[in-house]
Amino acid sequence: MNRHFVGDTAVLLGRSLRHIARSPDTIITTVITPIAMLLLFVYVLGGAIQAGTGSYVNYLLPGILIITIASGISYTAYRLFLDLQGGIFERFQSMPIARSAVLWAHVLTSMVANLISLVVVVLVALAMGFRSGTGVLGWLAVLGILVLFTLALTWLAVIPGLTASSVDGASAFAYPLIFLPFVSSAFVPTASMPGPVRAFAENQPVTSIVNSLRALFAGQPVGSGIWTALAWCVGILVLAVVFAGAAYRRRVN
Amino acid sequence: MQGLEKSFKQLRVLRGVDFDVARGSIFALLGSNGAGKTTLVKILSTLLKADAGSAVVHGFDVAAQAADVRESISLTGQFAAVDEILSGRENLTLVARLRHLKDAGTIADDLLRRFSLTEAGGRRVATYSGGMRRRLDIAMSLVGNPPVIFLDEPTTGLDPEGRLEVWRAVKELASGGTTVLLTTQYLDEAEQLADRIAILHEGRILVNGTLDELRKLLPPAKVEYVEKQPTLEDVFLSLVGAAANGEPR
Repeated sequence: MNRHFVGDTAVLLGRSLRHIARSPDTIITTVITPIAMLLLFVYVLGGAIQAGTGSYVNYLLPGILIITIASGISYTAYRLFLDLQGGIFERFQSMPIARSAVLWAHVLTSMVANLISLVVVVLVALAMGFRSGTGVLGWLAVLGILVLFTLALTWLAVIPGLTASSVDGASAFAYPLIFLPFVSSAFVPTASMPGPVRAFAENQPVTSIVNSLRALFAGQPVGSGIWTALAWCVGILVLAVVFAGAAYRRRVN
Repeated sequence: MQGLEKSFKQLRVLRGVDFDVARGSIFALLGSNGAGKTTLVKILSTLLKADAGSAVVHGFDVAAQAADVRESISLTGQFAAVDEILSGRENLTLVARLRHLKDAGTIADDLLRRFSLTEAGGRRVATYSGGMRRRLDIAMSLVGNPPVIFLDEPTTGLDPEGRLEVWRAVKELASGGTTVLLTTQYLDEAEQLADRIAILHEGRILVNGTLDELRKLLPPAKVEYVEKQPTLEDVFLSLVGAAANGEPR
């Protein structure tokens, strides 16, 4: 590893964070859809949804957090694409820096921006009556899963960021990710769904992740589902890093 | 720079290119769009790898010693590669930090002064004119005084005043001992700036020499009497007043 890797990454991270600080609309637009869904489902549709005994906002929040991350990472692809298009990426690559620092700075920026968005959404949920009986360890476990999931989706976002030919293309890939939670246990229990849909819902990544988060928030045992959730996150992460690396090498050579 | 040789093929963009650039000189690579100028600059600045052939920049092989090459060069690409959201000063300190220099702030302030950007230094680059962006872009290339600078079409898209500003900056560079490899599609730009000129066409160097040498390629000049009309550039500059605060040509 290049001896300047840490320093260069820190300098470039500072640059991207300054971008976010100067255009906080990227945080606002990231959280506005999840918050609108939270309001819609809790106050409009929630009354008609049978989702266990607890309050519906408690049931809903894990899925909303997943949607928050899915919409947040489209900005990662967007920022990376703009750097490539504007030529500043090439300027950095022609300088005596650790070259991988350019990508890592974007990845870390994505982590910070998404964590800020997640905190905002959780605060809104708390104001709407969300309560968790879990302790510090439970919250840390929730944080760990969310960080791992953000990291996996961020590397996924690096692929369109490096390969897209237009701004729209770079950020549009996130839309299917935002809708994946609808066909999962995020909004309603999967037991109410017809056979094939239920089979899909129960075997896609969002359901295991949402169920694990829900159990952690409720202070219940997570069971073997958490291993499925972690396996999905790590699997997506590994595949995304491999493909992002390939896209990056195509760019550089 | 000890010498630079290059012959390689890549998508037949460059079909065997050889030339040397003397240390401390301005070398202009002249060619129309698609002649392969940018590809050549990208290979020399280690952004692309050549398929065949070799190149040496400041004594370092671009393929085998890419890190040393990047230590010795800086690149100003075809589009002003500046960060729009940061201020001019922040752009300069960013580059200084990435070059691992001390006193990034002092370096930034010096360059802002040299390129008459001190007043604009605190403003976001998004508010700059095209000429100011280019000046900032070139200033960013000078951070750390790299011995070799690549300028890829530095005046494309600039208005006449912006071009003159950039020309002045490039001349200053070479007088300070920096080796400049400049690509351009403007004939007068090569004529104004370069010590040597090479014409790149369809991936090959057609000719390479000083302006006088190139002139000798054509039949000797014949004397003609032509009424001396002011050029449109003369008219434009005298109307907008750029000629007043600097030597125009």
